[in-house]
Amino acid sequence: MSEFRMPSLGADMDAGTLVEWHIKPGDAVKRGQVVAVVETQKGAIDVEVWEDGLVERLLVQPGAKVPVGEVLAVLRGVGESAADTTQATAATATERRKVSPAARRLAEELGVDLAAVQPQEPDGVISRADVERAAAAGKPAASAAESGDWHAQMRKAIAAAMSKSKREIPHYYLATDIDMTRVTEWLRTGNEKRPVTARLLPAVPLMKAVALALREVPELNGFWVDGRFQPSSAIHLGMAIAMRGGGLVAPAIHDADSKSCDELMAALRDLITRVRGGRLRSSEMADPTVTLTSLGEQGVAQVFGVIYPPQVAIIGLGKIAERPHAVGGIVNVSPMLTASLAADHRVSDGHRGALFLAALDRLLQEPEKLG
Amino acid sequence: MDLPDREQLKAAIFEAITSIAPEIDTADIRPDRPLRQQIDLDSFDFLNVIIRLHETLGIDIPESDYGEMQTLDGALDYLLRRCGGKAAPG
Repeated sequence: MSEFRMPSLGADMDAGTLVEWHIKPGDAVKRGQVVAVVETQKGAIDVEVWEDGLVERLLVQPGAKVPVGEVLAVLRGVGESAADTTQATAATATERRKVSPAARRLAEELGVDLAAVQPQEPDGVISRADVERAAAAGKPAASAAESGDWHAQMRKAIAAAMSKSKREIPHYYLATDIDMTRVTEWLRTGNEKRPVTARLLPAVPLMKAVALALREVPELNGFWVDGRFQPSSAIHLGMAIAMRGGGLVAPAIHDADSKSCDELMAALRDLITRVRGGRLRSSEMADPTVTLTSLGEQGVAQVFGVIYPPQVAIIGLGKIAERPHAVGGIVNVSPMLTASLAADHRVSDGHRGALFLAALDRLLQEPEKLG
Repeated sequence: MDLPDREQLKAAIFEAITSIAPEIDTADIRPDRPLRQQIDLDSFDFLNVIIRLHETLGIDIPESDYGEMQTLDGALDYLLRRCGGKAAPG
């Protein structure tokens, strides 16, 4: 038996509202399958399950707001018998609360989580009436988005994460100017040959080069947890994506360093489409190992980001614009990009950060090798 | 389809825009001002508009022609030329 819990979808999330289940008791689920939709301060997220199994019971019904870590459903391992599961869950439940058998049955029928039910009687035994009340309270399934305070919620989430970042993370900042002549030319000639549906955006070779440069300076990729750095072997590139109407999210493109430019474009397209449509997956929200932010579209020359905790670095890209650029004593006008790095000084020093930006520059001078 | 006129092309552009940014009131778009800044279309949104026009009008707009699509008026002039050219070769 295993418990499927409300996942943490970022350092700034403490609770989520279950919007709907995609599963019912008796269903077989596969690792990675989207089983539920949860409304968070950052919108509705598709939540995946992390093991194969059979759905034994749903403990929370749509509309209920539950804290991170709360059990949402009980799963039975493949081959595990139902009896084992029932026994185990019953035992867990009794340890927690005194519940009348009738109330327990009703809670199961209605999908109410007993842990969230407050008994009215002073002796603390949960009755059928308590369960009914809890079920009714959970009913108004008006999501935050529908209730209109969604933007306020998102601002709150951003405020919490960014305040924590500036309070706790000793940022250092570096920037370098990169000649984008070769990348621009490579994109232009490549896109001429591609059908319109397969064109690459300039962001794509930049994403690939950032991911590859991170391989060379692993101190920028991972998390600061419990007072120490935990490097990540995978490079999950969090893409800061503005939402129409305000706010932003930074979901991950997984294993960005090992994806081809075509695969990255497809992943970016999928991600942006779902950000705008309001449907991200829990894994994307939870596991970016580093963030990339790009504000060049708005014409800014350079951006110095605020690290999203518990990550330890954020890379900022400005506008690609023609600027005078001296090479070998001659001033040319070339498409230039200012790339910046804000990194956590507890984990890395300026020297390593400088090596990262140098690697990024080097990689962008050979775009045909980005793959 | 028959050669689209300016109004039909405008409808096609508005349909492409609202499919990407449904909150936009196309009546507010000033035809002589830069389109992308007015309605906050980033390069990804703009590429989707181009793809959508490719689907509805059957024309492939190369990147080198994006410059002609900067304003609504410019885009209409350009599309009228392109669609007309397609229907009457030579």
